[in-house]
Amino acid sequence: MKNASLFEPIIEADAPKVRVTFDGHNYKLPQGMSLAAGLLSAGLRSLRKTPVSGAPRGPFCMMGACFDCLVEIDGVTRQACMVEVREGLVASPAGPKEGV
Amino acid sequence: MKKYDLAIIGAGPAGLAAAAEASAAGLTVVMLDEQARSGGQIYRDVERAAPTRGTILGEDYLHGLSLIGATRAERVTYMPRTTVWDITPDGELSYTRDGRADCLQAKRLLIATGALERPMPLPGWTLPGVMTAGAAQILLKQSGLISRRAVLVGSGPLLYLVAVQMVRAGAPPLALLETQGLIVGPARHLPRALMGWRVLAKGMGLLAELRQAGVSRHKRVREISIEGEGQVGKVRFEAKQTMHEISCDTVLLHHGVVPNIQASRALRLEHDWDAGQDCFRPRIDDWGRSSARNIFIAGDGAGIGGAIAAEHAGRLAAFEIARDLGRMVVAERDRRAVPTRRALAKEHVVRPFLDAAFPRYSEALADDTIVCRCEEVTAGEIRRAAALGCTGPNQSKAFNRAGMGPCQGRYCGLTVNRLLAEANGASPEATGYYRLRPPIKPVTLGELAQMKQPDGLEKTA
Amino acid sequence: MDADYAIIGGGVVGLSVAYGLTRRGLRVIVIDGEDDAFRASRGNFGLVWVQSKGMGAPHYARWSQRSAAAWGAFAKELSDETGYDPSLQQEGGYDFHLSEESLADKVAQYEALKLELGGDYPFEVLGHNALKREEPAIGPKVAGAILHHQDGHVNPLLLLRGLSDAIRKAGATVINGDRVIRVEEGCRLTLASGRNVMAKKVVLTAGLGAKELGPELGFRAPIRPQRGQVLITEKLPKLMNRPSGIIRQVNEGGIQIGDSKEEVGFDDSVTVETIAAIAQRAVTVMPELSNAQLVRSWGALRVMTPDGLPIYQKSETMPGVAMITCHSGITLAAAHARFLPAWLEEDADAPDLEKFSEKRFAV
Repeated sequence: MKNASLFEPIIEADAPKVRVTFDGHNYKLPQGMSLAAGLLSAGLRSLRKTPVSGAPRGPFCMMGACFDCLVEIDGVTRQACMVEVREGLVASPAGPKEGV
Repeated sequence: MKKYDLAIIGAGPAGLAAAAEASAAGLTVVMLDEQARSGGQIYRDVERAAPTRGTILGEDYLHGLSLIGATRAERVTYMPRTTVWDITPDGELSYTRDGRADCLQAKRLLIATGALERPMPLPGWTLPGVMTAGAAQILLKQSGLISRRAVLVGSGPLLYLVAVQMVRAGAPPLALLETQGLIVGPARHLPRALMGWRVLAKGMGLLAELRQAGVSRHKRVREISIEGEGQVGKVRFEAKQTMHEISCDTVLLHHGVVPNIQASRALRLEHDWDAGQDCFRPRIDDWGRSSARNIFIAGDGAGIGGAIAAEHAGRLAAFEIARDLGRMVVAERDRRAVPTRRALAKEHVVRPFLDAAFPRYSEALADDTIVCRCEEVTAGEIRRAAALGCTGPNQSKAFNRAGMGPCQGRYCGLTVNRLLAEANGASPEATGYYRLRPPIKPVTLGELAQMKQPDGLEKTA
Repeated sequence: MDADYAIIGGGVVGLSVAYGLTRRGLRVIVIDGEDDAFRASRGNFGLVWVQSKGMGAPHYARWSQRSAAAWGAFAKELSDETGYDPSLQQEGGYDFHLSEESLADKVAQYEALKLELGGDYPFEVLGHNALKREEPAIGPKVAGAILHHQDGHVNPLLLLRGLSDAIRKAGATVINGDRVIRVEEGCRLTLASGRNVMAKKVVLTAGLGAKELGPELGFRAPIRPQRGQVLITEKLPKLMNRPSGIIRQVNEGGIQIGDSKEEVGFDDSVTVETIAAIAQRAVTVMPELSNAQLVRSWGALRVMTPDGLPIYQKSETMPGVAMITCHSGITLAAAHARFLPAWLEEDADAPDLEKFSEKRFAV
């Protein structure tokens, strides 16, 4: 789910932008930014669906406490707010996948 | 196993200040922190953010620059990106760093894990686009990001600070929905609070800035609900006997912060109910020593006092730990403690006023409001557990799974406590809290398996 | 008289018996403890398990089989009455082996038990390849497994909740957060709160609490705690088709792994040394689990007797008082609900539980 402007940069980040793949889509995100922040700045809101009801969830606390921003990286569930953006990072929503 | 005099968990103000003092006293220190850079949540990324957005974030934030040098101090081993997932009472820490699990041992332990936002369950608070006000601050500090169509909801000084930072960044919030009542009851705390005039004056300054920017403030707001299809679309509320509706795409919640007690609970340290701050906190003496002799707690994790108080508490703990390990004589410890205690007292003086002026949003939760975000358990289910005889959150958890998800009760514990206490007519203290056990944060089975000792299986037969 | 029966202990054993008694129209009061009491009913593994039980004690194997056979109807009844379905799955269960030798040893033991049971012990041996077809997630180091067709598993917490709900619906009274401190002649109970309860009969189902209270009521209660540490992962897509004695996928999706057998007294802590060993074993059996996040662990204290078998005992000094204690309260829940009321009421068709008397233990 993409939106034009959920979270915008107040000043252009000085870090180089690198390629990140999330849920099959490619993004250019500032290197070193948390993945959750990067995806929010790219217009995403929901990062996954819950395993209980299938409700959409996005980043909530941004400090590694709420476990709402869960994504899957290399087969492991991670908190997107605790992962830094790096070139070639591939992530997907944690838990039940769309259409499964 | 690597051994240290002191292990500090958390590189926020308390941890950084303690590391500096302990290092100066000659102790070997290891400081483990989950984040990639030191500063904790309050001084998040201060070194990187200061040059570009220091003016937006303000002077109090830039103060963090004076602390972060501790990570490079002599005898300090600073371990960023390190998640501690088990702590034993005798000072053994198990942690994961860059996908590798390992452990270390320290003679003394300082828990400086700070605060968490007080959970603020409302209808719709699980929708994408609803975040904590603290999260918005982190996005601003760490990533320089800001939401252009945000509504702030709740109460407390942080709410005003975030609003002002948004104004300064050129993206004022669409509105502030304030849940606190008139400042009548708290007036009795005012005379003492006036001694903390600096804090109050700062608050007045923030309000003036908001007024100047024309940010609309709704007061004594009730009946708040957040609505939208798959994401935030609007927030509805009642103010002055009228229902209002504001279209927005971000809602930022805040009604105070509470001590992060995950580690102290997992260690089964003694905790007390703090009626003034409306939360549990670990029992400590005036050096920060917990009910376990070798474990200290400093900063907001021991009771909310703010960043400056945390820094001083970290120092006091370091003095006593240095004395305890024979690196500082009693007279020296006491001499150094005098100005630190004086400064700490100054920070604490305004707290009762703030706690009373900005109480939590206490409107009764509707039965269908989710209280446990992870397992999607509603207030009604907690009340049903009480009706089935659950006197505390551990029995309730077994009946409805509230607290069993990956956040391990961080964002439901206090709500479940309150709902059960209300339903059973019991005190929060008697109702109790989740029995927390390792892992303090999730760890993969593969990482955990790396910790297996050669003789480990014998004991499991 | 407040009730026909006072049940001391509202864990799964007490609630199963209470449920059975209420179904006979008897009036029941259950007295249950504090939120932080040792509660094996909350910490158990959730198996409805037959294999490996009753080696050298075929009467225990039979009692477990009888309960397992009654479980289907018991679960359905509970679910129909309360809406809480304990998610019983009884399509067999495994005993995994990492070596051919240990597998062969176990098979020999099961064959011997099968003879003693007159052939009623339906198990089969699966080699690595046959097992891999049933459970594709098993790793290369698994030599094989015994698949026992009478085994299964449930969600023990839903069972507990269903029983709690059902007995209330049937009119039982439950006193929570209290403790029995004295029992006098004529089944007069005094609680810690000062409250008194009078009943015609008393059943002591207090788990480890019976160690203290049992002797007051004329029992030896030779029980001790045995710690089992259990791990559970985040919710995962379906990985296993059937449970094993050490790994199972719960109905909500998490993989539950256990369980150690530790003699550490009344200490229910979790230790990294043990959970690391449990994790290592699980990852060997199912390598994919290496990536799974562990979200919770706990130590539960089993209620163990010297020979590991249950005790069903009527007091010789206090008429009308009985004690029931076991470490398999989930497996035996169906038997306790359906067959124990007849034993307590001294019906002609009551099960013969003489061999489970605590007199079997030398003083």
